[in-house]
Amino acid sequence: MNADCIVIQGSNMAECHPVGFQWVMEAKARGAKVFHVDPRFTRTSALADRHVPIRAGTDIVLLGALVNHVLANELDFREYVLAYTNASTIVSERFEDTEDLDGLFSGFDPGARKYDPSSWSYQGAAEEEAPGEHLEGGRRHAEAAGPHQYGSGGPPAPATPPTDPTLQHPRCVYQIVKRHFARYTPERVAELCGIPPEAFAELAEAITANSGRERTTAWVYSVGWTQHTVGAQYIRTAAILQLLLGNMGRPGGGILALRGHASIQGSTDIPTLFNLLPGYLPMPHAHLHEGLDHYLETVGSPTGFWGNRRSYMVSLLKAWWGEAATAENDFRFDHLPRLTGDHGHYTTVMGQIDGTVKGYFVVGENPAVGSSGGKAQRLGLANLDWLVVRDLTLVETATFWNDGPELETGEMRTEDIATEVFFLPAASHVEKEGTFTNTQRLLQWREKALDPPGDCRSELWFYYHLGKRIRRRLAGDEIDRPLRELTWDYPEHGEHAEPSAEAVLREINGTGPDGRALSAYTELRADGSTRCGCWIYCGVYAGEVNQAARRRPGREQTLVAPEWGWAWPANRRILYNRASADPEGRPWSERKAYVWWDAERGRWTGDDVPDFEPDKPPDYLPPEGAVAQAALSGAAPFIMQSDGKGWLFAPAGLADGPLPAHYESHESPVRNTLYGQQANPVRKVYRRPEAPYNPPESPRFPYVLTTYRLTEHHTAGGMSRSLAYLAELQPELFCEVSPQLAAELGLSNGGWATIVTTRTAVEARVLVTERIRPLRVQGRTVHQIGLPYHWGGRGLVTGDVVNDLLPLALDPNVYIQEGKATTCDLRPGRRPTGRALLDLIEEYRHG
Amino acid sequence: MARGGRISRWPVLRQLRGQDARGDAARSARTDALRPRTEEADTVARSVCPYCAVGCGQLVYVKDGKVTQIEGDPDSPVSRGRLCPKGSASKQLVTHPGRQTHVLYRRPHGTEWERLDLETAMDMITDRVLRTRRETWQQEEDGKVVRRTLGIASLGGATLDNEENYLMKKLYTALGAIQVENQARI
Repeated sequence: MNADCIVIQGSNMAECHPVGFQWVMEAKARGAKVFHVDPRFTRTSALADRHVPIRAGTDIVLLGALVNHVLANELDFREYVLAYTNASTIVSERFEDTEDLDGLFSGFDPGARKYDPSSWSYQGAAEEEAPGEHLEGGRRHAEAAGPHQYGSGGPPAPATPPTDPTLQHPRCVYQIVKRHFARYTPERVAELCGIPPEAFAELAEAITANSGRERTTAWVYSVGWTQHTVGAQYIRTAAILQLLLGNMGRPGGGILALRGHASIQGSTDIPTLFNLLPGYLPMPHAHLHEGLDHYLETVGSPTGFWGNRRSYMVSLLKAWWGEAATAENDFRFDHLPRLTGDHGHYTTVMGQIDGTVKGYFVVGENPAVGSSGGKAQRLGLANLDWLVVRDLTLVETATFWNDGPELETGEMRTEDIATEVFFLPAASHVEKEGTFTNTQRLLQWREKALDPPGDCRSELWFYYHLGKRIRRRLAGDEIDRPLRELTWDYPEHGEHAEPSAEAVLREINGTGPDGRALSAYTELRADGSTRCGCWIYCGVYAGEVNQAARRRPGREQTLVAPEWGWAWPANRRILYNRASADPEGRPWSERKAYVWWDAERGRWTGDDVPDFEPDKPPDYLPPEGAVAQAALSGAAPFIMQSDGKGWLFAPAGLADGPLPAHYESHESPVRNTLYGQQANPVRKVYRRPEAPYNPPESPRFPYVLTTYRLTEHHTAGGMSRSLAYLAELQPELFCEVSPQLAAELGLSNGGWATIVTTRTAVEARVLVTERIRPLRVQGRTVHQIGLPYHWGGRGLVTGDVVNDLLPLALDPNVYIQEGKATTCDLRPGRRPTGRALLDLIEEYRHG
Repeated sequence: MARGGRISRWPVLRQLRGQDARGDAARSARTDALRPRTEEADTVARSVCPYCAVGCGQLVYVKDGKVTQIEGDPDSPVSRGRLCPKGSASKQLVTHPGRQTHVLYRRPHGTEWERLDLETAMDMITDRVLRTRRETWQQEEDGKVVRRTLGIASLGGATLDNEENYLMKKLYTALGAIQVENQARI
């Protein structure tokens, strides 16, 4: 709402986050310019000032060209860049860029298809470590989704590396970034993205005119950016651009991720993710972390707020193992199981197919429809010993043995499937209490309206009572010790003996030596005297009050609304908001004042909770040998980073390079003309029959396929296809094609078409629309096809499973699949059924 | 409303006379007697929409042990009372007839669902967790202590509460199950 320009890219905000979109419209009404960059013209485009159609999978070319535009014309916010980013830092002379290596960075191991990141370090950092150790570390770390292990900024780098404040040193970050993006020109944008130079110029002019002291530009994205083999680097490119323009940590600026599930942010903060512990502490790795001390030495830097990680970790171990966790036994650090590599979702499915994974819990998720390459999912389910599905309705994951598509093709027979399936009905959001964390890190407590019907229970009930039953039946041996010693005692209430969600939230918040609720993570101690289940949530129960339940009406508060719910960390609504003031602590401008230094009171103050130590003056300089936040100066706003700077160049933390480079999708119809390297060299692919791929630039798969969501449905459909209102509003799967392509292929609006990849074929109604426009790319026409993916075999409205079409090609940093840019063929008419469907796919694979 | 005889108050007549069919002319004695469900509710719970991550405020109205209405919460500074089509339909999410309220069980090679009571199901699941964990326990790999099981995996959490995710991660970790994932990976 405070933004002067908003670029929505990789998101259809008006349709997928409609109520959040009201704030974009408020900003527009106040004069903000709104751009929508997207392959499709949607309601977001209709309400934007300008829609910029783009070929799916090429956003780094566009963003990189904007970076180049800013640097080549010296339009960066120089004072901000010098003070708050690592622009002046000097990088190791061992570093070689994609400019030198035709699309690869230094350290690439072609055999292992992995990078050794040691040459990406700051000068003086790499030389201090034995290269062998670093190589080993780099490889292991990449294997275990390592970059993600560092959470929000723990990768080690020195607090005060050598710099050149004149930005002239050829190996300073500024010069490296400038050279790196020099080839990202408007001509390349036209050639690869299909965006004409005039449209590029308009966007470039708007974002630079609306950035600086007086103005701010915001970027908004969703899974249109994350679901790529270079997804993490899409966001990195936007981060570089927004740092150069001085838009981070300021009102109306930032990069906003719109997340698609009610508590998907919460499930990352308190992770049901393999590589993380609560609060972005990494899970320990068998080969990297021998004991607690060694783990703490290797998972982050001693400087910045991650420098306190011993307090965060020890408090977590104390929350879990209570009295049994003592300083003598490393606070039961060895009770934590160890990782040895990638244990992510798709690799787990391969483990099911191979028979190593025998039991599977699926709770509130429907991978038989929602995950890419659904056949692998169903093959995995069919090879389990037992499966527990907990949901509101019988989703396809629960019934794959009865009505999965493989039964119809004859690939599976119900009688042959040995999986034992338990379906347990779940309580709905109104039948239990607890917190969701929304997309802006806001925790909001839900009151319970009534008891769940029949056998329906909350997950809280299920896991608590499962744990109780398990603990009652333990033998005396050593492998059971972590379960025996686990703190697992919550007050129960009601006829179902529902555990108290408030008691769990209070444990997450943490308690001090006196047993009282803590009020801030700065109170956590490393000596075992504090307990805290998730350090970033410390304060949500401050003063023994459920802060997430606060409901002071918005109209009675400022726009920041600090008394509605509670945002982590410390109820801050804009992260790194120290950057909203200049190095001396004054607002960059009156118009953009947000948080500033009050010299008289010797404190930071403003509209929000300052994201800084409240009494650290702007002119504070760290003494020699200082650690944690004390090692960062009073003008270092990015307090989770080891040097307190925003990283234009990331010396550590990413598996696929310290800078973003454009690579084509794993399956792309065109050649990468920027580099000899076609696709991300370290993307994760599976070399096995369950994961077939379309060859790149293949004439058999000439069209770009992108998937998306509709307003009236929710992801895999489990919460929408069985609702009469929603089913009626969007009854049927359709594919969006341009009038030109429809004419070429003889498709008629409302008729049937079949979309084919090497995975399978699905049928859909044809929607001929100018909303999806053919693009001129490398002198030829490239057609794109849009497919919503909400349907499956069950519910009031049914349809083919679109995600079955998609490849298992993953981003190497976070193991997210490439769902937004792949290739396909399109043919008129319905798809064949039974054996004939398999024959068709065989023909495409080999024909 | 216009005064007059029964006939002249007939809405169709008033609309034919040119009054706005969406305004006063739509009123009748029956509609005047209607009361909003929200007014008659026994209780109102302050809740949050369960669909996307915007986090719109909801008010959940309950009468006689049933949800009678779910509306946007005008107090919410996030949503200011608005809900999208999904949020507006969320009463159906809670009350629709396709919702399962019984435990179901499919035995190995079975062709039909069977009913099971919840207690039995919980005990059977406990058996399987303990058995699989013991059978697939890995104390070491390549000479390093790993103390884990690769035999048990989990998927889900992005539509669940923080407190639920917390108990899930805590229990799985104590069990030694590491393949714990959710929609955030997808």
